[in-house]
Amino acid sequence: MSNQDKSLETLQDIRRMMERSSRFISLSGLSGVSAGVFALIGAYVAHMWLGGYYQDYNNRGGYAGEDFHSLMLKLLLLATGVLACALSLAFYFTWKKTKNNNLPMWDLTSKKLLINLLIPLVTGGLFVLGLLYQNEWFLLAPACLVFYGLALVNASKYTLNDIRYIGFFEIALGLINIFYPDYSLFFWAAGFGVLHIVYGLIMWWKYDMKTKTSRDK
Amino acid sequence: MKNPIGNLNKIFDSRIRLGVMSILLVNAEIDFNSLKQLLQLTDGNLASHLTNLEENGFIKVHKGFIGRKTNTTYSITKAGEKAFKEHLDGLENMIKGMK
Repeated sequence: MSNQDKSLETLQDIRRMMERSSRFISLSGLSGVSAGVFALIGAYVAHMWLGGYYQDYNNRGGYAGEDFHSLMLKLLLLATGVLACALSLAFYFTWKKTKNNNLPMWDLTSKKLLINLLIPLVTGGLFVLGLLYQNEWFLLAPACLVFYGLALVNASKYTLNDIRYIGFFEIALGLINIFYPDYSLFFWAAGFGVLHIVYGLIMWWKYDMKTKTSRDK
Repeated sequence: MKNPIGNLNKIFDSRIRLGVMSILLVNAEIDFNSLKQLLQLTDGNLASHLTNLEENGFIKVHKGFIGRKTNTTYSITKAGEKAFKEHLDGLENMIKGMK
């Protein structure tokens, strides 16, 4: 082997070690797609419930505290259920990919990714709980979107860079949402449903499919 | 013409030592087990390379404790950073010089 080839190989080695030690690259696009599908199902169910609630509201011709509280409880349970399903499937697909890549799921890079994702996300979660406590409903969806977007932007330094752009889109959707509070559910569905599915598919195609075909060759 | 191999550091000839330096350049601090995992090495093999790098003043060793377990972490020194960057420049020049 010539000295030139050797130098090139050494440089590639260095680059690979730098990447592998600082970024979690086993994030699966399918994780995003599954999370998005659950978000859309959740948003659809919420939409039906809200429709029913307002129909009763109009028929009765006024506000009923009991109806309102049972609706809120149902929506809260729905949101928790959607989150649990989305997280467990997202976790499953990424776990499967680390298996395929022969990389550990829990290492330095996934720890860093998780910590940096959680800082804005937990802040956002607490902020949203504060909004619920203060009965500030109209900021709920925008706050979810903006904090989630910030979390993605922050975490993108420790994983595939595509995550950064989803983050920007989520933030933008959240900010626009503030001016159209009546369409909150649609913004929420667009941000957590459609964006996840679209980007999940792009990432799946870009990283999972391509590596699979190159491996088969 | 200058000797293109002149700038290459003998210490970084080893792929393992090269790997350690690459990792330390992007991670401010890293523990022994993470290094072992990333480089896929055995304890003894990694330890001897780390001792070599430490003796050359390229890395710093911090011995600490997490509860009762020892937790040894490593970071790069100024001298290590300089030497590694010179090595990279050397590699770059070699590739350019041979074109």
